[in-house]
Amino acid sequence: MLFQNGLELKLVYFLIISAVLFCIGMYGVLTKRHLIHVLLSVELILNAVLINLVAFSSFTTPDKITGQMFAVFVIVVAACEVGVGLAIILSVYRKKRTVDINNVNILKW
Amino acid sequence: MAKTIWYIPLLPVAGFVAALLLGKRFGNIGARISTAIMGLCIPLSFYAAYLVFTEGPISIGMTWYITGNIKISMGMLADGLSSLMLVIVSIVSFLVHLYSIGYMHGDSRFWLFYAYLQLFSASMLGLVFADNYLQLYICWELVGLCSYLLIGFWYEKQAASDAAKKAFLVTRIGDIGMLIGLLLLFFNTGTLVFGDVFGAVSSGRISSGIVTAATILIFCGAMGKSAQFPFHVWLPDAMEGPTPVSALIHAATMVAAGVYLVGRSFPIFSQSPQTMLVVAIIGTFTAIFAATIAVVQTDIKKILAYSTISQLGYMMFALGIGAFAAGMFHLMTHAFFKALLFLGSGSVIHSTHTQEIAEMGGLSKKMPTTTWTFVVGALSLSGFPLLAGFWSKDEILGFAFENGRYIIFIVGAFTAFLTAFYMFRLIFTVFYGKPGQAGEHAHESPKSMTIPLVTLGILAAIAGYVGIPFLLPAKYSIANFISGGMNLPEIKFNIVPMIISIAVGLIGILLAYLMYGKKVVPRDWFYRYVKPYYKVLVNKYYMDNFNSIAIVRPTIKFANLINRFDKSIIDGFINLVGKVTVIISKGVHIFDSGVVDGLVNWTANETYNSGKRLRLLQTGNISGYTIVMFAVLAVYVVYLIIRIQF
Repeated sequence: MLFQNGLELKLVYFLIISAVLFCIGMYGVLTKRHLIHVLLSVELILNAVLINLVAFSSFTTPDKITGQMFAVFVIVVAACEVGVGLAIILSVYRKKRTVDINNVNILKW
Repeated sequence: MAKTIWYIPLLPVAGFVAALLLGKRFGNIGARISTAIMGLCIPLSFYAAYLVFTEGPISIGMTWYITGNIKISMGMLADGLSSLMLVIVSIVSFLVHLYSIGYMHGDSRFWLFYAYLQLFSASMLGLVFADNYLQLYICWELVGLCSYLLIGFWYEKQAASDAAKKAFLVTRIGDIGMLIGLLLLFFNTGTLVFGDVFGAVSSGRISSGIVTAATILIFCGAMGKSAQFPFHVWLPDAMEGPTPVSALIHAATMVAAGVYLVGRSFPIFSQSPQTMLVVAIIGTFTAIFAATIAVVQTDIKKILAYSTISQLGYMMFALGIGAFAAGMFHLMTHAFFKALLFLGSGSVIHSTHTQEIAEMGGLSKKMPTTTWTFVVGALSLSGFPLLAGFWSKDEILGFAFENGRYIIFIVGAFTAFLTAFYMFRLIFTVFYGKPGQAGEHAHESPKSMTIPLVTLGILAAIAGYVGIPFLLPAKYSIANFISGGMNLPEIKFNIVPMIISIAVGLIGILLAYLMYGKKVVPRDWFYRYVKPYYKVLVNKYYMDNFNSIAIVRPTIKFANLINRFDKSIIDGFINLVGKVTVIISKGVHIFDSGVVDGLVNWTANETYNSGKRLRLLQTGNISGYTIVMFAVLAVYVVYLIIRIQF
């Protein structure tokens, strides 16, 4: 990759990207009807957080790689959480025969 | 030894208590024991008289009650007057007790009758025994109570209970006057003991106005008890009681209590000429008034009742004109022959079962003992020479004549004529002539009833001899005995009034014989010639009607008025208080249920409603939950940024 003069990589750019990804993910969680879609959006939020963490770590304290370590943990947690989430969605589907978020309102009063 | 005199009134008290306690088991034995008790009183009374005669008056007193500087004492006074009364009362009471064994035989409340008789005897003896006005008044009221109980003994009969009430109320009116008089005396002399009061009055410390007022008021009490006009109305009605009661109480003893009171108070009465005049006038008027009514009565007991009223009038006016000894002497003889007449009439009633003389007749053949004793009694009452009544009545009339009281003498003589007339009208109608419808089944009475009759007959004949002024030396005469220490005018022997009184008596007997015995003069000439007056007499001068309209009805109306006032105003006020309480409690209830309960209910409702609204938050809508989540997050981030910035 060639370094181009006058265009340095700043931290802000990475933060903006992570914020944008976070917002897209948030939009998805709030509006999508399909439970799998909601799950995908939650993954998107997690990835945005990853980017945020790594960016901060590499720009402020490149010696200590705390951010990268944290990121590994987050990936692991995300993976487990997807597994559990899918299990829940499956059981809900078996019960209710639908994955429309509007029909899953057993906790209604 | 003088202390044994105390037993005289106390023995009947014991008899009274015993009769009450034993009740139905009293029976005939108890009656005989009561009679024996009264029999015991006779020698005791004679003993008391003997002691007084030999040793002079006996007075035993004790202080009963002290308050401040007022001392009230109780005691016994035995002097000539009281021991004479003791003898009279105990003899007559004994004979009545004996008589009642036969007369009241089989009555359901036999024991109660004897209890009352004993109580009465005790009270009467206590009355004559007293040494002060207070004790006398207590016994006076007790005697009145016994009269009420005994008149109304057969209370199932409405007439009897009405008569008892009438007797009590009428005498009560007199008693009020007497009480005021006694209080007057007490407050002016500081004592009620006879001797002290008489001493205070005679020493001139008390103003004559007070003396007159007090004595007239005391005389009111005597008027009530001794049936003087206008308080005489109760005595004829009192004949509803059993005949022994009439004999004991309303002939011999209780009605004599009034005369005794005036006699006992003679020292203060004689200090007030106005009172003496009042006593004399009322006594004379009563005597002739009652005699005129007796002439037209048809009930045997009513004739005797009016005769009693008339003779009591005699005694009163005798005291009123100053013939103290003669008046008391007449009391004694009257007690004997009037009791005899009443017991005799009881014997007649017992065998013929009626009291109307028109239904009787010719009883002399069937009831000889009753007849001759009754005749002796009637002769004595009429003043037939040599019998007891003659001596006493003659003494009174003689005294009146001697002291220039000619009007009283004439009225008294005319009354004697009427007395003889109506008594012998009674005798000829009842005992002689053709037997009436009731006379068919008549029979002589049992011994328990005839023995008293004979005894009294003898007494009615000879008792007068103790009083004759000229037969015994002055020291032994009864006049001296009972006068005690008073200086009284001597009773002189005057032939003129004696002849007149004998004459009027004989004329009366003759007229009765002509009208009712031989029937020469038609029986109804009086009715035909003076018809309006006859009607007045038969209606007892309309006195009862007058009393009823003038006194009884207004009193009842007034009582009704007060009753309505009580019901409407006083009860209304209390009901008002009740209603207000109810209204207040209703108001409090509204407050309680409205405000307090409302508060509690509002709290509960609000809790419920807020819960109802809050649970709407639980939509179960996952999108909604996540929106809220992110919104709060966003707010927090903004907050953090702002915090860092500032």
